[in-house]
Amino acid sequence: MTRYEPVIGLEVHAQLLSRTKMFCGCSTTFGAPPNTQVCEVCLGYPGALPVPNARAIELAVRTGLALGCEVRGTSVFARKNYFYPDLSKGYQISQFELPLNEHGAIEIETKDGLKRCAIVRAHVEEDAAKNLHGVGSGEATLVDFNRAGTPLIEIVGGPDLRSADEAEAYLKVLREILIFAGVNDGNLEEGSFRCDANVSIRPVGQEKFGTRVELKNINSFKFVKKAIEYEIARQEALLSAGGTVAQETRTWSDGQGKTLPLRSKEEAHDYRYFADPDLPPLTLDEAFVARVKDAMPESAASRRARWQAEAGLTAYDAQVLTGHPEIARYFDEAVDALLGRTRLDRKAAGKKVANFLSSEVLRYVQTDGLRASFPLEAGRLADLLALVEDGTINGKIAKDVLAEVVTSGKAPAKVVAEKGLAQVTDTSAIEQAIAEVIAGNPKELEKYKAGKTSVVGFFVGQVMRKTGGKANPATLNELLKKALDA
Amino acid sequence: MAQQERISLDEVKKVARLARLALGEDELVRMRGELDAILDSMAALTRLDVTGVPPTTLVLERGTPLRPDVPAKGLSREEALRAAARSEAGAFAVPKVMEGT
Amino acid sequence: MSAHLASAVDVRGRIERGEVSALEVTRAALAHLGAEEPRLGALLHVASETALAQAAAVDRARAAGEPLGPLAGVPVVVKDNLCVRGTPTTCASKILEGWIAPYDATAIARLRRAGAVLLAKANMDEFAMGSSNETSAYGTVKNPWDTARVPGGSSGGSAAAVAAGYAPLSLGSDTGGSVRQPASFCGLVALKPTYGRISRYGLIAFASSLDQIGPFARTTRDAARITQVMAGVDPRDATSADLPVPDWEAQLGGDLKGLRIGVLPTDGCEPGVEASMKAAHATLRALGATLVDVALPTAEHAISAYYILAPAECSSNLARFDGMRFGPRSTESDLTASYGETRARGFGAEVKRRIMLGTYVLSAGYYDAFYARAQKARTLLRREFDAAFTGCDAILSPTSPTVAFPLGARTKNPLEMYLADVFTLPASLAGLPSISVPAAPASPPGGGPPLPVGLQITGKAFDEATVLRIADAFERASGHAALRAPGFGGAA
Repeated sequence: MTRYEPVIGLEVHAQLLSRTKMFCGCSTTFGAPPNTQVCEVCLGYPGALPVPNARAIELAVRTGLALGCEVRGTSVFARKNYFYPDLSKGYQISQFELPLNEHGAIEIETKDGLKRCAIVRAHVEEDAAKNLHGVGSGEATLVDFNRAGTPLIEIVGGPDLRSADEAEAYLKVLREILIFAGVNDGNLEEGSFRCDANVSIRPVGQEKFGTRVELKNINSFKFVKKAIEYEIARQEALLSAGGTVAQETRTWSDGQGKTLPLRSKEEAHDYRYFADPDLPPLTLDEAFVARVKDAMPESAASRRARWQAEAGLTAYDAQVLTGHPEIARYFDEAVDALLGRTRLDRKAAGKKVANFLSSEVLRYVQTDGLRASFPLEAGRLADLLALVEDGTINGKIAKDVLAEVVTSGKAPAKVVAEKGLAQVTDTSAIEQAIAEVIAGNPKELEKYKAGKTSVVGFFVGQVMRKTGGKANPATLNELLKKALDA
Repeated sequence: MAQQERISLDEVKKVARLARLALGEDELVRMRGELDAILDSMAALTRLDVTGVPPTTLVLERGTPLRPDVPAKGLSREEALRAAARSEAGAFAVPKVMEGT
Repeated sequence: MSAHLASAVDVRGRIERGEVSALEVTRAALAHLGAEEPRLGALLHVASETALAQAAAVDRARAAGEPLGPLAGVPVVVKDNLCVRGTPTTCASKILEGWIAPYDATAIARLRRAGAVLLAKANMDEFAMGSSNETSAYGTVKNPWDTARVPGGSSGGSAAAVAAGYAPLSLGSDTGGSVRQPASFCGLVALKPTYGRISRYGLIAFASSLDQIGPFARTTRDAARITQVMAGVDPRDATSADLPVPDWEAQLGGDLKGLRIGVLPTDGCEPGVEASMKAAHATLRALGATLVDVALPTAEHAISAYYILAPAECSSNLARFDGMRFGPRSTESDLTASYGETRARGFGAEVKRRIMLGTYVLSAGYYDAFYARAQKARTLLRREFDAAFTGCDAILSPTSPTVAFPLGARTKNPLEMYLADVFTLPASLAGLPSISVPAAPASPPGGGPPLPVGLQITGKAFDEATVLRIADAFERASGHAALRAPGFGGAA
């Protein structure tokens, strides 16, 4: 009974976040009415010519660097020729023999530890138009060219993945790298981040790869795993029954729970690649690449490592705070600000900011692509935490102050002053409250005397209420114990 | 004297399909003969010594210029759709792919 | 008043001096072309309304004392593969029947700014593929010198228009000789600039690495002026050269003392053409130039290399003509059938032939043997030109091995037609500036009235200045450019 192992390589097409298209000045804004962001160039009208977008090239170089690639000083645009209504010129401008970026790698975590996955190449090309669904008479296919010409980077991974889980991990890591590099917003649903999978199987121990099948239209992380697992099983069943795997392109049908052959792509394409004579080679000098490198934002992995080493965070904390690049930036800003306002060291400051940020602030944060809006500036959060640190308010009150700061927009100190929320540290006031609570709850006092120490919590709660929540917890605990044991 | 065919009728049909030219039977046969003669006339070029010679795509010696990432005025939807054989719902209406082809 | 028969420089001068109005010039041109078109078929569209409006605008500007552009009031005929906003632009093909260009080619925009009057769109070989203007889907163009003969191609209509006196200037495009060869057949001056000199934005592409817009004129000075107006880098064309445009017109005049001119072999020419060349050499020597023999060994492969590279590029450039976004569509029933039938019916035989050839040489298995090899031959040819130019400042040859041949003489065998380009192709492949200027006319082999012969002068990259200088001096010394087609003389 032959045992098979899967061999998987992923191809990702990610839209680059430039304002205009790859070869013309049309806007790339998502969601505009059909065919309102078009011109003679992206419509493939006679006589129009392409000119590459400087920002898209910068972002493409940034992508290559973020993936550990070698960036070519000279790369060449090539035409990929085929006929389809979403391809206005009858060819796509892409790169073939001399791509912009090559020989990179990313690391994923597998059950057997860290695994290095090759990035064979990452080249620039233009996106195709989109078909409209759910409108019109249904007799014809309707094409919207707003998307046609959007800059894409095609990232080709090596055949290094050995399971659907690894494939999912690879995609998550890749997506995070692109998001933190600021080149792509990682939106699978809107189609700005698209994945195709090349799946084949071979007998364990065999070096030669089996026939590979290309899976297209995998537009959610859920589908990635399901589609690949199904396909592996399908190929295993085929081979075990004595059949052969056909080289073809298939699509995942979630409705039917299986991969299905894509009819229109059945015939092998001869793309007749040749260097595009409308575009001289793309030549980038070292100074250009150096500038892009300098402007590169810090990766998520690097931040997590730094925070765990220097900012007192656990791996889990660090993972939460790299959920979005703006949250990561906010965290660093808040920590630096808190350091400036208190005598805490970085580890202590980091821990405090992380806790409060995660438990209290994140729920207010709204994200939209790579942008995020926060309920208060990082500096203001630092002000609030500084008030806790210097004893002006206690931790519980801080939550109330936060809510007020968010709705009123006032500075934390102002809110504390206006609402009289400053912590009560005056021992006599607390002793007074304690005395009243003990006097008013004889039954609970009996329980305590009888050895039921858990009833302390009840007393603490009552004293807190009596002081409007403002008693300094440490002082309260100390005085309460004295009073109860008296 | 019959010379060896440089291109077969089968190849001509394949090329016509690649180029999306629905040529009729007579046209295909005529085309084969013409292409054959043209390719034959290039025999000398196929024997030219080009060892170590780099290919020229463009005689211009410049790298490509880059364009600033600033939105520019394009065509209105009306202008874009004006010449379309068929349009619907603000989009270009094109024939569907038939099932079974 | 037939000022339209004068040179562009003359016409503009007379308008500026108030001797004639721009409106009168354009009206006369329209009347003249109206009378002659039935027997020549040089035009596909006459833009009467807009032309008259443009002329009127020039007159208003002059009346208001505003400065006039270098081509103010000069009628220009434009080859129908150039996008002129609001005009039908068909490339003489059925597949673009009725298509109205929604934008101006950059070169056209620059002509407008210079005050030119865009008179009409000229007939041409379909998609610029041809050497006789016999492949147009809208009728053949006749040579004004002998209407039983071809005007040359692919810019046959543009050449015939100027030779017939419709306008002092016209624009054509040159990919393998399509501006120089018709000039040679029609007794005109025509320049193919260095590749990259004039923006290709809005020139409907045939072969992207070879196409260049080029003017037809009666005088070298006119050719210099209009080229200057159009030349210069264009941010919309990545293949346009970022180099300053010299004032070529100002540099014209004088003799050719001190210049060394290389002479290529004239194998395969008609005896009349050979004799014309010999006389031309004598004239150049008399002007002070030294003539030396040069050779370009790889030139023998130029036809093969060109007929691999140009079709390859065109097979890709013409893929956008599919009926999906513009142009006629043959059927709505099925996508594949629609593509195949729309294109098979919309393209003519020569275009289909080149698309097939181009698709073949790019396809898997044949790329190295044909396309890559042709690209390498191109490198060799350019190197040979560069080497030759270390010993001379320009290179001479006949523009065409023959005078204008009869209609139908070469339409049976495509290969025969391709041979017409043997002298023009090398400069196209090497991207070098090349001009055709009228030499002594010669009788065709069977006898008959003399027909125009063109002298081709090719220069170093971006050295239009030397090429224009030589052409201008030769023109003035020889007087052949002043000859008019019989029946189209008129008073200047």
